[in-house]
Amino acid sequence: MELSPRDQVMLNGELGAAAQMALRILTTMSRVYGAPRLLDIESAHIDGCLYHGFSGLEFARKLLNGGARVVVPTTLNVGAVDLLHPEYFRGSEENGRYAQELMQTYVKMGCQPIFTCAPYQSAQRPAFGTQIAWAESNAIVFANSVLGARTNRYGDFIDICAAITGRAPAVGLHLAENRRGQLLYQLANIPERLLHEDVLYPVLGYLIGERSGSKIPVIEGLPPTTTEDQLKALGAAAAASGAVALFHAIGVTPEAATFADAFQNQEPEQIIPVTLADLRATLGKLGTAPDGKVDVVALGSPHFSLAEFAQLMPLLAQFPPHPDVEFSVATQRLVLAELEERGWLEQLQAAHVQVIVDTCVVVTPIVKAQKGVLMTNSGKYAYYSPGNIGLQSVFGSLEECVRSGAQGRVWRDDGVWMVDD
Amino acid sequence: MKQFQARILAGGRASGPALVLPEALSLWGGLDPETGEIIDRRHPNSGDNVAGKALVLPLGRGSSSASSILLEAVRQGTAPAAIILAETDAILALGAAVAREMYDQAPPVVVVDTAVYQQLRTGQTVTINEDGLISFQ
Repeated sequence: MELSPRDQVMLNGELGAAAQMALRILTTMSRVYGAPRLLDIESAHIDGCLYHGFSGLEFARKLLNGGARVVVPTTLNVGAVDLLHPEYFRGSEENGRYAQELMQTYVKMGCQPIFTCAPYQSAQRPAFGTQIAWAESNAIVFANSVLGARTNRYGDFIDICAAITGRAPAVGLHLAENRRGQLLYQLANIPERLLHEDVLYPVLGYLIGERSGSKIPVIEGLPPTTTEDQLKALGAAAAASGAVALFHAIGVTPEAATFADAFQNQEPEQIIPVTLADLRATLGKLGTAPDGKVDVVALGSPHFSLAEFAQLMPLLAQFPPHPDVEFSVATQRLVLAELEERGWLEQLQAAHVQVIVDTCVVVTPIVKAQKGVLMTNSGKYAYYSPGNIGLQSVFGSLEECVRSGAQGRVWRDDGVWMVDD
Repeated sequence: MKQFQARILAGGRASGPALVLPEALSLWGGLDPETGEIIDRRHPNSGDNVAGKALVLPLGRGSSSASSILLEAVRQGTAPAAIILAETDAILALGAAVAREMYDQAPPVVVVDTAVYQQLRTGQTVTINEDGLISFQ
C-alpha cells in the first residue's frame, strides 16, 4: 500500500502513540477494503462516544493517553447519558459513570460536544464534494445524499482513527465513479396529498432500505419542494431497514439534477415501481403492535429540528398528552437553546413533555415503561424499539402521534393513505 | 485432514470446534459479550454460545457497533476463537484489529471460498495458522 510521507511519519510514531495506533488500524482496514492508499478528509463525525462496554472506554483512554488530538473539525454523535439532565439515565450507576467518562474523553481529544445524530442540522456542514469520515448510519446517508459530501459507512473506532490522522481509505463512496445510481424507484400514481405529507418519507425510506441491498437507489417522482427534514427521515429509515449509505432523488438531491446525472449517463440495473399499495404494505410492517393502547410517545430520531418543533407546538397546544402517557422528544443542544429563547421549552414542560438532548430513547435506558407500546413518527425508533428497549412499536404521522398521546390510544387519520378523490 | 488457503482480514492463529450459523448475525443486539450467548431471538442459533468456537457465518449484519461488541467479548473472554466468513465483513475485521491493539489477542477473521465454506460443519475441529491456512477433518 502507498503511504504519503506524513503517513509514514505517523506510522513511525513520530507524531505520538495515538496517531501511530490510529494509522496502523487504518492501514489494516485499507487492506480489508482493498484501498491502495489513504486520502485527506475535511471533517469527521464520531459514533464511538456511545457506551457499549468497558473496552470502548479503555480504547478511548489509550488514545487520549497517547496524545490523541483530532486534526479536522470533528463532531460527536449521541452518548448514553443526557449530560444536561443526567438524572434521566435509568441504567446502573457504574454504567452511567463510565458512559459519561467516555463522552468526556472524546471531548478532551478536541471533538465538539454537540452529541447529536443530526450534526448536519448544526452550525457547520461539509460542502458539496468534500471528503469526510462520518459515522452513524443516518448521518452518513444524509451527508452523502443531501449534502453531496463523500463518506463511506464508518463506525466505532475507525471514525476517531480518521479524525486523529485526517486520513481515510481511498475506496468506495469517496470515489465519484462509485456514487452512480443503480436501482430506479419510480413513484407510480402516488396521491398528491401524500407526496407532501411528512409521514410518506420514513415509509418510502424503509421500503427502499429493505429492497436495495448494497446498491445505490435513485428515486424518481419526489416533488422539488421536498424538505431536508423529509429527506432526513427517508434516509434514516433506509439506513435502519437496510444498508443504504447514499440515495439520489432526481431533481431534489445535489448529484441528481437530472436522470442522466443520477445514473452517470448509464442505465439503471433495475426499475422498481412504487405504488400506493406497496407503501401501505410497508406501513403495516413498520410497527410491531396493533393499534390500541399507547404507553409512550417518542419523537426525535434523528434528533428533532426547530422546524419540526414548530409543527409540534400547535398540535400539543390542541392535544396535550394524557397523564398516563410518557411523551419524549430528543433533540440537540442548539435546538434546545432556541426552544428556551422562544418560550417553547416552558410550554413543553408545562405539558409534561420530556425534552432529551445528547442521547435518544432507543440507545440508552431513559423511558420509564418497561413494557407496553411506544408510538413514534420515526422509522428508526419503530425499527429498533422492540429489540433494544423491549417496547413494541406503532408508527404514525406527527399528528397521529400527538393525538394518540392525548387519548392514550392510537388515533388514525385515515385520509392520508387513501387514493385521491 | 483438508487444508485450504483463506483470505486474511485480521491475522492470527487459532483452533476450536466449529459453530456454523446458517444466517448472518448482527453482534450488536445479537451477542451478549458477558456470556458469549447469541441473544437475537429471531436467529436460528439463538441460545448457542460462541465462546472459544470457530464461528462460521456468511457475514455480519446491521450496526457498525458490532466491532464494539466483538472487542468487549475479547475483553471478557467470551469471543469466538476464530471467525470464518463467506464474504468480506469490514466491521468484524475492525473489531479484531482493535482487539489486537488493545489486548494483544483477537480471533483471526478470514474469508473462504464458497466451496470450502460449504464443507464446514458444526463440531469439526478447525485450525487456522498465521498464513491463513485453514484445516479441518
